[in-house]
Amino acid sequence: MSGVIRPYGDATGDGMVQLSFTLPIPHDKRAEGAAAQLAAKMGMDPAMVVHAKAMGPDFTFFIVYGRVNHLVELDRVEVVERDFPLLTPKEVNAAIKQRLRRPLVVAGACIGTDAHTVGIDAILNIKGFAGEKGLEYYEGFAVHNLGAQVSVPELVAAATRLHADAVLVSQVVTQRDAHLHNTTEMTAAFREAFPAARRPVLIVGGPRFDESMAAELGVDRIFGRGTTPGEVASYLVHRIVGEGRR
Amino acid sequence: MRLRLDPGEVARARALAASAGAPVVAMAAAHTTVSIERAVLRMAGLAGADAEGIPWANRLVDAVSEQVGLAEGVALPVWHALAEQRRTGSAPEGADPLVTLAQRAAAGSVTFRVPEGRAAERARASAVRAARAGVRRVERQRAARERLLRRYPVEHRPWIYLIVATGDIHEDVPQAQAAAREGADIIAVIRSTGQSLLDYVPEGATREGYAGTYATQENFRIMRSALDDVSKELGRYVRLTNYASGLCMPEIATLAGLERLDMMLNDSMYGILFRDINPVRTFTDQHFARRVHARAGIIINTGEDNYLTTADAIEAAHTVTVSQLLNEYFAKQAGLQDWQLGLGHAFEINPEIPDSFRLELAHALLARTLFPDAPLKWMPPTKHMTGDIFRGYLLDGFFNLAGALTGQGILLVGMMTEAVVTPWLSDRDLALQNVRYVLNAAGRLGEDFAPADDGLIATRARQVLSEAVDLLARIDDDGLLEAIADGTFGLMKRPADKGKGLDGVVRRAPGYCNPVTDVLDEPAATPGVRP
Repeated sequence: MSGVIRPYGDATGDGMVQLSFTLPIPHDKRAEGAAAQLAAKMGMDPAMVVHAKAMGPDFTFFIVYGRVNHLVELDRVEVVERDFPLLTPKEVNAAIKQRLRRPLVVAGACIGTDAHTVGIDAILNIKGFAGEKGLEYYEGFAVHNLGAQVSVPELVAAATRLHADAVLVSQVVTQRDAHLHNTTEMTAAFREAFPAARRPVLIVGGPRFDESMAAELGVDRIFGRGTTPGEVASYLVHRIVGEGRR
Repeated sequence: MRLRLDPGEVARARALAASAGAPVVAMAAAHTTVSIERAVLRMAGLAGADAEGIPWANRLVDAVSEQVGLAEGVALPVWHALAEQRRTGSAPEGADPLVTLAQRAAAGSVTFRVPEGRAAERARASAVRAARAGVRRVERQRAARERLLRRYPVEHRPWIYLIVATGDIHEDVPQAQAAAREGADIIAVIRSTGQSLLDYVPEGATREGYAGTYATQENFRIMRSALDDVSKELGRYVRLTNYASGLCMPEIATLAGLERLDMMLNDSMYGILFRDINPVRTFTDQHFARRVHARAGIIINTGEDNYLTTADAIEAAHTVTVSQLLNEYFAKQAGLQDWQLGLGHAFEINPEIPDSFRLELAHALLARTLFPDAPLKWMPPTKHMTGDIFRGYLLDGFFNLAGALTGQGILLVGMMTEAVVTPWLSDRDLALQNVRYVLNAAGRLGEDFAPADDGLIATRARQVLSEAVDLLARIDDDGLLEAIADGTFGLMKRPADKGKGLDGVVRRAPGYCNPVTDVLDEPAATPGVRP
């Protein structure tokens, strides 16, 4: 196969694409011209404005078909590889069932004064986030959501009592780097309470964390804004259950 | 389009729902909660918050709870203390006595006690007077809605329901007005993620929410006023919806009545199953909230659609029917009428399954036939929306067709970009074109067809009803709380002694006084009409 390709409409190399968008102007001749101009600047030539419709007095919706002059160079495609595979809930459950042979125990909490459970609830509650169900939905996980304003000693005690395989901590609202102080306090407490081999996997999440700071904070993984329950579930399988041999 | 169902089977289903629900209603009557007590204060006019944003209603209830407990209710100690405050002249001239009392209580300078004898009678009478003023305002708002509906009538069905959710009430207003101009009959302002688990109602106009806008009394007022303007402009009354759910369900129901919201999401079990709120708390709160909704003429929307987002829509179809029957029973016990029951269900069957549309019709027709006078809330596909917007648009078209064919009352508009982005302007416009095309082309198609008695649709509907009766019989034997603990609904296991908000549940003492329910026991000053 050639290393250079173009979009395919109904013939090899025709470069045809479709595009829809809205412009914040009333629908008239000028608006259609504006849509054609945008399409041209996006590399569509010729661009056919096949549909234009007013949406209220101030907006116009367009559908444009046209040929793009860009080439796709396959040997220069770069993909950021996730360091763990994204699994479906079914695959997560199967992996835990086959290889761990018991539910994977997850304890979650907001620590410090943070009362915003929105993050931990999005990951743990069955309702979930971004169309994905939370970890409670998975048969493979035994989830204990400890809620908000849990102190570090309480969290360590709960993790010990529950035999937690993983501890998830969320920090949403923070000032003066409280989220970082809370996290280092938490990881120090876990290191003190557990021998290295028995320590639960420690995960923190929240919009203010930098995902590359895991080692510095002493956690196993940091998840930033927009993380979905499925990503966390997949990571837990990867980290605790292992990928297994195919 | 109607189904023929065995009337004996239908009666049996209702009798079992009543039998299973009765102990829960009795349990609710034996308890109160911090949120019910705060709702009493709010109905009596207590508003506002301290410098930290903690509402005075919370401050006052917490102070009473710490000193004398809540088993007698907050009213007797509070109105007794108000009389003391007046007698001793501890309140500044012109200040709201309830706010003053809350401020003094928060500062630790009020000693509460539960009055007895004549002092108790006097406190009760004052509390009832204050509560009655609030209930009268709720009734006036209901009368105002009825007047506006006569002036700006909405004759068509289904009502078109659109969601607005920017997080900023001042952004929500123009979006809601635009949605109304585009054809929405109902605007729902989605709440900020996590509000359901706050044990207080935030105060004032809010501009920052997570994936939604906080439900506050001021936000309610701002949005209702904006929709009144657009109703006048369009000559069509645009209804406003919010959420009476979560830990503050009774208070939010009260604020909704005071500020003339028109519909409220209010499910008897949603908070338990999907927010892990304690079952006793939820059922107790729910009964009070529904009593207020009944008086306010508010249409409730129940949340059965949510079960089908977690459980399989075919296997779990009968759990929707069971929950609808339970929601109906609890609603009737709280004084709601059939026209106020927006019982929920959804178009969530996997489209890859053969005959999926016929099965959807069977389920929708079953709900329609079981609850002929309820408006029914018809929810669009979400679980099988994949990001393929073209396929999603077709699926939404079939959803709209099923809604039209089966006479659904409230149609939540499905978005082809479900699971992709929060709806764009163009998504909403295309979605409304889809609805309009289907209703225009086939809105009355149901008049021409009846499902064959031995056909797939009728057979499937009878099967779901029969499975629902079996499940209700099992729930009736085991107890509803036990069934919830066992994961009967939405696959969630929620034991009665677990969950959030349990510490806010109090068993009522024999002398318990709730001036709001006392007033609600009286007939309304102006009887409401069905709008």
